[in-house]
Amino acid sequence: MVKNNIGSFLSHWMDGLGPYPEVVISSRIRLARNIKGLPFPYFASDSQKQKVQQSISEVLENCGESNGLSLIKMEDLDPLVKEVMMEKHLISPLLTQDDHKCAVCLSKEEETSIMINEEDHLRIQSFLPGLQLEKAWEEADYYDNIVERNLEYSFHERYGYLTSCPTNVGTGLRASIMLHLPGLIITKQLNQVLSALSQIGLAVRGLYGEGAEVVGNLVQISNQITLGQSEEEIIQNLYNVTKQVIEQENTARQFLLNKNREKIEDRSRRALGVLKYAYLISWQEAMQLISDVRMGFEMGFISGIDRRMLNELLIIIRPACLQMVAGQELEVNERDLERAKQVRKKLKNVSM
Amino acid sequence: MLCHECNQREAVVYLTKIVNGQKTEMNLCEVCANEKGDMDFSFKPKSSLQNFLASFLNESGYAPVEKKATSPTKLQCSTCGLTFAQFRQVGRFGCSDCYHSFGDENLQPLFRRMHGSISHVGKVPQSIGGATKINRDISELREKLQELIQQEEYEKAAEIRDKIRSLEQELEEKGEEVNGEE
Repeated sequence: MVKNNIGSFLSHWMDGLGPYPEVVISSRIRLARNIKGLPFPYFASDSQKQKVQQSISEVLENCGESNGLSLIKMEDLDPLVKEVMMEKHLISPLLTQDDHKCAVCLSKEEETSIMINEEDHLRIQSFLPGLQLEKAWEEADYYDNIVERNLEYSFHERYGYLTSCPTNVGTGLRASIMLHLPGLIITKQLNQVLSALSQIGLAVRGLYGEGAEVVGNLVQISNQITLGQSEEEIIQNLYNVTKQVIEQENTARQFLLNKNREKIEDRSRRALGVLKYAYLISWQEAMQLISDVRMGFEMGFISGIDRRMLNELLIIIRPACLQMVAGQELEVNERDLERAKQVRKKLKNVSM
Repeated sequence: MLCHECNQREAVVYLTKIVNGQKTEMNLCEVCANEKGDMDFSFKPKSSLQNFLASFLNESGYAPVEKKATSPTKLQCSTCGLTFAQFRQVGRFGCSDCYHSFGDENLQPLFRRMHGSISHVGKVPQSIGGATKINRDISELREKLQELIQQEEYEKAAEIRDKIRSLEQELEEKGEEVNGEE
């Protein structure tokens, strides 16, 4: 199972399909759930965590045959494999650090990942390409119902699903959208958009990087509120906002095309040139160049490439993936070398 | 200035080390500075979320609570042993009983600040949600009934009224009281 993951770094969410793929990379729904009568993982003993793992994995394995889920115990994994899974967003950083009695259930296409004994007993995550929040919710809801039929959840008449962190109580639902926003960033409108979003209870952050820094023009929007809104309201709200951001991004791109066509085309062609021929490349530089190439592709300057390839590039340039491909540990400098090599290989047949 | 270590990236960390009176100066980029491991330059506050939560919890909104005989910080969950003071520090509950142990009067101001609400309105597990769900359906239907009456759609209103009655009956059979709307 784990070996299969090493062969390809592709997951379903990187397909580049789904609605609005020119701006929305992926949609994700996450449900936090806990089993009644057992302390939350942070405060549970090993035997209690073992009990959680056992009962959840029994339920999932019983239904898993038909759903193609397979259970992976974190303790059985090489640290590097865990890092790779994190870079693919299949597990959280927490699961790579403390793996005691932690596990993850993955579907074949990796669109569903169910983490066991993360911060909550259960984190059901559904990950789809493009803007497909509703479908992602249906998927997560489906697995939630399966577990619910077999195990009793911690549920409070007034507060809803009880979670380890008070920021998740209620629905336990976090919906998030990964967006590529070069137009808004080049035209310096991003901050305006972001401050508007934060006023309506949505969190916005760079996909990578700390704080306000945005790397590779990738931004994540997610709901903050989990109590007092239904799942449908949360999802509808995020969907509506995302639609508006898409519209603004497309307007900005159109503006750039009208006013600075040559400059933008030059920028994306140069980016492709560097990616195709560079011998050493840092992660930050690669992220920016991939974004420029993606923008050129979306604007029709660059052909012979597709969104799936661009998404896969985002993953294969991460440190653990590089080391997995190289089959050995790499120092920082060696990573820059391996990164450039892998990117060149991927883009070998791409021409303008 | 380029980094002394990799000679590639811009140096951002200027390190002066004095060991046994021997002074060495180095200019490093962030990556190499981290690699060298002399010091952790990647400033990642480990408990940023906890601190953030703690700031919620320690806001002055607790003034009325202090009047009570037991200070909330002395509260302790009898199931997992977590105290309210610890909860404030780590920003995490220990178990689901903490939600009862720490008391509505302490938790609701927190939830209100965080979520702007204190009541869940979303999904309810089927197994335990029978009565809860029926109660919620009834209040939704009552709203609809009011609307229909205002629009003078009496036939449809009668249908809804019958539905409400049968749901109320169902609830009585379950031995639950019909909760009024909030």
